[in-house]
Amino acid sequence: MRAGLPCWGGCQRGESMSEKGNMKETKSIVLVGVGGQGILLASEILAQTAMLEGYDVKTNEVHGMAQRGGSVMAQIRYGQEVHSPLVARNEAHILGALEKVEALRYADYLRPDGLAAVSTQAIMPVTVSSGAAKYPEDAKELLKQAFPRLVYIDAAKIARELGDIRAANIVLLGAISQGLDLALESWEKAIALCVKEKFLEINRRAFAAGRNYS
Amino acid sequence: MALRRLMSGNEALARGAFEAGVTVGAGYPGTPSTEILENLALYKPDVYCEWSPNEKVAFEVAAGASLVGARSIVTMKHVGLNVAADPLMTLSYISVEGGFVACVADDPGMHSSQNEQDTRNYARFAKIPLFEPSDSQEAKDFLKLAMQVSEEFKTPVILRTTTRVSHSRSLVEIGERILSEKKIGLVKDPPRFVPIPVWGRPMRQRVEDRLIRLQAISESSPANRLEWRDRSLGIITSSIAYQYAREVWPQASVLKLGMSYPFPDSMIREFAAEVSNLLVVEELDDFIEQHVRSLGLACRGRDVVPGIMELSVDRLLVSKALMEGRPVEVRKPSAFSDRLPPRPPVLCPGCPHRGVFYALSKKKVVVTGDIGCYSLGAFPPLNRMDSILCMGGGISMAHGLEKAGEPSKVVGIVGDSTFFHSGITGLLDIAYNRGSSTIIVLDNRTTAMTGHQDHPGTGRTLMGEATNAVSIEDIGRACGIERVYVINPYNLDKTSQVIFDEIAAEKPSLIVSRAPCPP
Repeated sequence: MRAGLPCWGGCQRGESMSEKGNMKETKSIVLVGVGGQGILLASEILAQTAMLEGYDVKTNEVHGMAQRGGSVMAQIRYGQEVHSPLVARNEAHILGALEKVEALRYADYLRPDGLAAVSTQAIMPVTVSSGAAKYPEDAKELLKQAFPRLVYIDAAKIARELGDIRAANIVLLGAISQGLDLALESWEKAIALCVKEKFLEINRRAFAAGRNYS
Repeated sequence: MALRRLMSGNEALARGAFEAGVTVGAGYPGTPSTEILENLALYKPDVYCEWSPNEKVAFEVAAGASLVGARSIVTMKHVGLNVAADPLMTLSYISVEGGFVACVADDPGMHSSQNEQDTRNYARFAKIPLFEPSDSQEAKDFLKLAMQVSEEFKTPVILRTTTRVSHSRSLVEIGERILSEKKIGLVKDPPRFVPIPVWGRPMRQRVEDRLIRLQAISESSPANRLEWRDRSLGIITSSIAYQYAREVWPQASVLKLGMSYPFPDSMIREFAAEVSNLLVVEELDDFIEQHVRSLGLACRGRDVVPGIMELSVDRLLVSKALMEGRPVEVRKPSAFSDRLPPRPPVLCPGCPHRGVFYALSKKKVVVTGDIGCYSLGAFPPLNRMDSILCMGGGISMAHGLEKAGEPSKVVGIVGDSTFFHSGITGLLDIAYNRGSSTIIVLDNRTTAMTGHQDHPGTGRTLMGEATNAVSIEDIGRACGIERVYVINPYNLDKTSQVIFDEIAAEKPSLIVSRAPCPP
């Protein structure tokens, strides 16, 4: 840091943003789905969890046009010191998908030994309903080919059975939590921080159901 | 340890404005800038915030606040600064009193924009300082630095972010609010504030003198820093490109420009002299590179780093291979990639705009469109928009097509917020200059595209207060439009009938298609 104008306060940053600092490699997670499925909330909870564990964290998502029923992606990276908020191709340790075709669309973000957790849900895009394109009937087979480590989970069904289909995003988050070195109590604390009191119980149960799925 | 929070760049800018003692914030919504003002408004009543009808008005509101000594910010997306360019260029002359920072968010990659333009050029154009944060902590810190520079040098300042800076979240240390000690009140000084030529000419000279003094500040600003590592490669970079460059060349030395205009020439020379190879890594225009070359320094840059669309670690890995003379790895598309149905954004289920587009699909007319959710009416299956230029352009362009003799009837389409933004003057032009176009305002009672912000027609302010809801029909009549109709777009028969009648009419019409954006 160079000397300059006297600061109004708060301008000097600490040497390291991390207190933990025992993880050399930055972990990268990509969450994908369709606008409205709750990808952004899942991303926020994951980032909060990593922050509670003392890591430097960066996340990214695209707003605006992308939300109108389009394909949505959120990216989370945490570690000792994180520079890019974007995950590079072939870099993600985990790909979490709330929709089958979206999992396939972003398959190349996952590293070859990465874990893919994919919800069995199929949501028809306008290109299919208008007859301009076809939804692949063998999506499940394609997923098996694309992802050697695949957790195929009916997150929507599990959420519905728990009482609210909208918690499917948190079921999926529970499923991918098994592939991350973050403590359960941090996950629970993060969920409490990010979710409204009224929906806390269902989201807690949704997370547990996803985490215990095998 | 100070309290740290995970914040988006936009939230951090709002926090920075709060901590810097800002008391007035104005703006017009636009992705990726919208959340700056939305978050600043959460600090009410300490900060007065408003959505102005457009960016020019917002800029002038913030400038007025500055003139009486208040610290102010104005927020907008890159194309918004085109609208506000008029006050920007002359505020540089008349100078500011309270700190004034224009927070402008660029959209490299055009995620939600009609063009890709580099706001950094405006700083050089207006001869004012420029700050470029590369993460949320810097967004907060640089807002405060920018405010400080603004007040000390009485200059407006541009703080430029990009989509990835504004919408990425990272950790931010929370600080205290520091209020200005200035007494609020205009200190009358016409030779300073009135740029009629006799006073404007000395202002012109003061702008140049100020730029020289600002350059000295740039040389010592904590926002500009040298990071010495291996000296075989030195990288000059700014904004989010810094973060990508650090991932791709972790061993390289870096000159990171945070106050990137005026350029710190001595730092640049010192850095260039110490490294064997110099590379400039920047997103969009070759703003830094051109300057580095003008100093007589050899560098790589645009020859290996693309200037179109946003950068990424992936793209810089290609740049690295090119520099090292290695073959570029060509990524093979997966075996199934051509079997995946595209999933473009669409108008929401139940969107009232659909009824109007459906009616228009029955007629052979030319439709000049505008900026908003309804831009999606250009896509299949609606296919009912033939051009888009800019905010408000749908109305004025319709008039131009008609006057030039377009053989089909012409329909201009605009949203409610966009009508108030810059559609009114176009409508006035049609009435004044005896046009005959049919103008449809898709009035869904909100600024929907950017996330439901209020505007002059909604009856509510950003501060949450009730206010007069301006009537679009009344404005149309006041402009001199005689054929004014309000329709319910969910009533398809009636909608078609009114639209067809007005297309056939020889006089100009204003049709307000009114139904609220469904929750």
